[in-house]
Parts: sequence; C-alpha cells; structure tokens
Amino acid sequence: MNKLVKLFTIFISAITLTIVSISSSFAKVEGEYIVLGSAISLTGKYSSNGVHTQNGYNMAVDRINKMGGVTVGGKSYKFEIIYYDDESNPKRAAQLAERLIKQDGVHYMLGPYSSGLTKAIAPVTEKYKIPMVEANGASRSLFTKGYKYLFAVLSPANQYLEVAIDLAVEKNGGKPVRIAQAFEQDAFSQDVRLGILDAAKRTGSEIIIDDKLPKELNDMAATLAKVKATKPDVLVVSGHTKGALTAIRQIAEMKVDVPMLAMTHCDAAKLSKQHGKKSEYALCASQWHKNLSYKDKFFGSGKKYDKDFKKEFGYAPPYQSAESSAALLVFKDAFERANSFDRDKVRDALKTTEMQTFYGNIKFGPGGQNTAKPMILFQVRCKGDTCENKVVAPTKWASDKFYHPIPKWSERS
Amino acid sequence: MLMVQASLDGILLGILFALIAYGMALQWGVMNIINIAQGDLVILGGYIAYTMYLAGIHPAWGVIVSPIIMFFVGWALYKLVINKVVDRDLFISILATFGIAIVFQQLMNFIFGADVVVAQSEYGTTMLFDNSVTLPNSKIFSAFISVLYAIALVVYMKKSRLGRAIRATAQNARAAKILGVDTEKVYAATFGINAALCGIAGALISITLTLHPYVGLPYTVRSFMIVIVAGLGNLPAVAISGMGLGLFEEFADYILGTEFRIGAVFMLLVFILVYRRFKLSKKREYLK
Repeated sequence: MNKLVKLFTIFISAITLTIVSISSSFAKVEGEYIVLGSAISLTGKYSSNGVHTQNGYNMAVDRINKMGGVTVGGKSYKFEIIYYDDESNPKRAAQLAERLIKQDGVHYMLGPYSSGLTKAIAPVTEKYKIPMVEANGASRSLFTKGYKYLFAVLSPANQYLEVAIDLAVEKNGGKPVRIAQAFEQDAFSQDVRLGILDAAKRTGSEIIIDDKLPKELNDMAATLAKVKATKPDVLVVSGHTKGALTAIRQIAEMKVDVPMLAMTHCDAAKLSKQHGKKSEYALCASQWHKNLSYKDKFFGSGKKYDKDFKKEFGYAPPYQSAESSAALLVFKDAFERANSFDRDKVRDALKTTEMQTFYGNIKFGPGGQNTAKPMILFQVRCKGDTCENKVVAPTKWASDKFYHPIPKWSERS
Repeated sequence: MLMVQASLDGILLGILFALIAYGMALQWGVMNIINIAQGDLVILGGYIAYTMYLAGIHPAWGVIVSPIIMFFVGWALYKLVINKVVDRDLFISILATFGIAIVFQQLMNFIFGADVVVAQSEYGTTMLFDNSVTLPNSKIFSAFISVLYAIALVVYMKKSRLGRAIRATAQNARAAKILGVDTEKVYAATFGINAALCGIAGALISITLTLHPYVGLPYTVRSFMIVIVAGLGNLPAVAISGMGLGLFEEFADYILGTEFRIGAVFMLLVFILVYRRFKLSKKREYLK
C-alpha cells in the first residue's frame, strides 16, 4: 500500500512538472519571442471574417519579424501569436482569454473578431491587467466602460455613417434632410444608429422612419414599402452582411427610388460582386480603402499592402485584415517606446501612441478608441457589368465624384 | 396602396412557408417526429441551387435538381439516425434532430463558407397600379412553384401506392404493418419527401431571400407554428395558416413597427394555443 502511495506521488509530481515546464515555455517573452495571444473565430458564423483577421495578424507578424523584429533593451525580439478558436461564441471567447492568460501565461492580447466577442473578452483582460490591442470591435459601448487596457485601432461604430448625413445635407444645399433608417437590433448596428441620431440633431434633420430589424429577419419588404410611400432624402441601412444583401435585393426588386442610400458591410458582403449593377450608387462606410495615401515603413502604402496580401493569401484584403495588421504595428511601436516588457509600462506607451500606419493615423482617446482616423465612404460604380468601390468622401482622398441623386429605376438600364 | 402591397407580400411569402410547413406536418403526422433540422434542410437545398448558379446554370433549375438530391439526403438521414428514434418519444426525436441541425450547420459552414450569399434570377419586377405596388417576379415564381408542387403531392398521396401506404401508416402504423405495408420503407420515403420539399423551398429562397449556414432555425420555428395552427395532415389548412401568418406578420410590421413583427407572431401563437385548450376543455365537458 505504502509503495502504491509513493508511486502515485511520483506520478502526480511528474505530471505537474510536465505541465509547469510546458506552460512556462509559453510565457510572455520566451527566448527571442514576444508571445501574444488571441481567441479568434475560425469556425462558426464569424469564421470568414475571423480568418480575414487572422490573416491580417499573420501577415504583420511575418513582415515585422522579417524586417528586424522588435527592439527592446538593445535586443531584437520576434512576435509569435497563440491562437485559439472561439467558435464565434462569446462565452467560449471569454474562457479562452482566461486560458491564454492563466495557463499559457500570455501578457499581451490581440482582439477577436466582432464587437460582441471583444465585449466578452475585455472584462477578462481588464481583470488581469493585460493590454489588448483590438482591431475588430467598433461598438461604442466598448469605449464608455472606462477600460484601461483596451486599445482599438479602428473608428467607433457611431462614426460609420455620420459622414453620410453630412454629405446629404451638403447636397441638399445645407438644408436639413428627411431620413429613413432601418437597423438590426444588435450592439453594432444600434451604435451606428446613435451616430445617425446625433448627426440628425446636429443638422436639424428629421427621421421619418426608424425601423429596428429583428435578427432573424430576412425580408425588409415592409420597411421598403414605407420608404416608397414617404419618399425620404436618405435611406440608411445597417444589418451586417445579411442586411446589406437583403436591402439591395429588395430595393432593386421593389424599384424603390431614393436619392441616397447609405449602408455598412458592403465590402464584407461582396455587394458589387454578388448583386452587380443592382448595387450601383450604394454609399458604404468603410474603415479603410487601399487608395488612401497613408504610409508606413513596413507595408509601404495601402496599394502595396493590397498587392502583397493578394500574393500571400490569394484574395484582396478586406478592411478587417488591414486593421488587424495595423494592430501589430501599434504593439511593436509601444514595446519599443516602453523599452520594457513590464505590462504597465507597455500600457502607458500604448496610451501615448501617435503614429501613421498604411491603415491610417492612430492615436487613442481616453476610452481607448482611435480618434485620429476618419471613416471613409465609398460608392459602388459600374462600368458595363463590372462594379467597383470608389472612394467619394472625405474629399481629401476621394478618387471619384460622389454621384447624387441616384437615378430613378425607370431611368436605369 | 400600402395595404395592397402588404397583403401581396404577406401572401407570397406565406405560400413559401406553407410548403416547408407541409413537409413538417407530413412527417410529424406519419412518424411522430418534430424535425428541428427542417430549416437546415431548407438551407442545404438553397445551397444546392446556389452551387448551380455559381456553375453558370440558372438557379431556378434548382427547384428540380435540389429536391432530387435532397430526397436522397433525407433517405440517408433516416437510415442513419431517424430510424433509431422513430418509435421513441417525442423528446428523443427533438434531441436527435437538434443534433442533426448542428452537424448540418457546421458542415455547410465548412463547405460553403460563412458568407451570406444570394443567387440572381434576373426575373425583374411586375408593377401594378402605376408603380405604386411592386411584386418581384421571383416571389411570384416561387409562390407558383410552391403551389404546383403542393398540388402534385396531394394528387400523389391520393392516387399512388406509396401515397396510400403513407396515409395508412399515419392513421395506424401497427395495423398498416399487419396488412403488409413495409412501414420502414414508408418512413424512409416520408422523410425523403419532406427533405425534397425543403429542397424546393431552399432553391426558391436562394433567389428570393438570402442564404447563410446559420439561418435555418427561423424556418423551423415558422413552419412549426404553421403546423400547430393548422393541425397535422391537412394541406388546405396548412396553406391557409401559412398565408395567414405571412399576412399577419406584414400587417404587424406596418401597424406596430418592424421590431414587434416576430413578437406579434408569437403572441398570436400563444393566443391560438390558449384558445384551442379552451375549446378542447369545453368538448371534454360534453363527454362527462
């Protein structure tokens, strides 16, 4: 019996030792590697955007490592990322964040995909005081909770379509406009809606239709019939890719004439490819476009990023990839300025970030949101049967003129 | 005009839902199985049509190809899983089909990706009353096809040997078995027919609405509701309750607002269930 107990003790201690040695090999900085952690949606409903995010991260890691890595204390380090699949599930994402921090000993995190999952992870990273640079959570509520370790390289959701209302007012000769809007009932879309409400108040515009689309809804006919009857100056729709595709399909089928149509998620929905000419003249909010003139020394310009990304992954980078790559540039910059691996020093360095990347200028506001980069608007324009997204606002980067008003369906070929 | 538009939209959508609901009513009636994976079978049918569309074939041909493929999918599902739960209680079948639903979602996500997709029919639009009421031809087409298939199915059920066997099994499986009906085969065929109906509906949805691996559940819930309202094995009732629900939904949207659309439908369901109970309890009093 005594022998058995002894054997058992040895067995247990052997296991413990193995676990300890394994987990220490993943500590925050191991040899010449700085280990970052990320829970990301590789399966489940966000898996395509999750993969875009991961590709963006990987592309930046490779590039930074190849170009000399991160210099801290006179020594050069390389980035390495531990990924876990969160299955597009917020609960799972929060668990995995705990696991990354407690078991794998990760001290710096990269964000997941979508506002919902970022919201699930942020309390965990905050609890353990782990700095997280995230690139895909735009919901305004992320930046009003007083989080101290959360930094977002993208513009918050309420800014997505504010510009569109300003543009509509401008086209209306500075006079207020009548707005019809339909938003899905989720955190992101409702934040976009708040932005529109602000813009309407500021410009004295009137909101005549304010529909909230249920998540399961795949038919907008009722909303569009109301739009047809009331003839607003602008129609705003936000409901992720499904909302964008449904709206265009039914606007074309029901021949709804509006002078201006503003949406989100057009590029994620591959609107111009899936709907072709039906999507022409739609105005879309985007975080990034390859034609913008921002530059950095790692990726060069947006156009060069586009080219390199295509070469590596075989498809044109959506903005989700670009902003994810930018997150790594921010981390590198912060590590070098902090010149230390102390989490709080890195966090303080992140807080004072002020830099330009190929993706845009980055400077964090008090809530952690990026305040230095405006949203851009592009418009779908077609030549023959091929349709493209052309940047039309803000004017500084506009490659094409904003086409307004949208021609009536009866006049379109 | 708004009301005309709402009515027509509601009816056209309702007919499509009625088709899915009929499949559900059929197998519920025959096999006593509530199929949670109904909506996922619909979406799979839609993806078959979408795949054809990608290959350059007009997606409307999906209403012929998709049911054929889906029939065999249904048959295989029966042989693999359903035959093991068909005689058990309702709860087990719900669990089993729920499992199937999850597997189907993940498989579709794996094969077709998590993007929302649409197939283009390019059917154009019918305009009535000087362009104030618009009807997408794709919706008219899908309602027409749904009605066509529904009629074909009713005739088949009445006239064919298999149809008679299915009806006999629905009435009394044991008696049917004693009288020489191969109930095992009948069950497999019923599940196949249900899957085929889902395939047709899916192909129609690919050209009228949108497809995504995870949007199956709303179709399951919708058809479940239609069946509850209409009762089992009663096609005209299913058709009417489908259209009625479609209409009710559209009007709820106009009058109460889009955010109450689904809520209103569920309120109606509760109301109908309470009413039915009330009616039944009255009947029971007579029996006393």
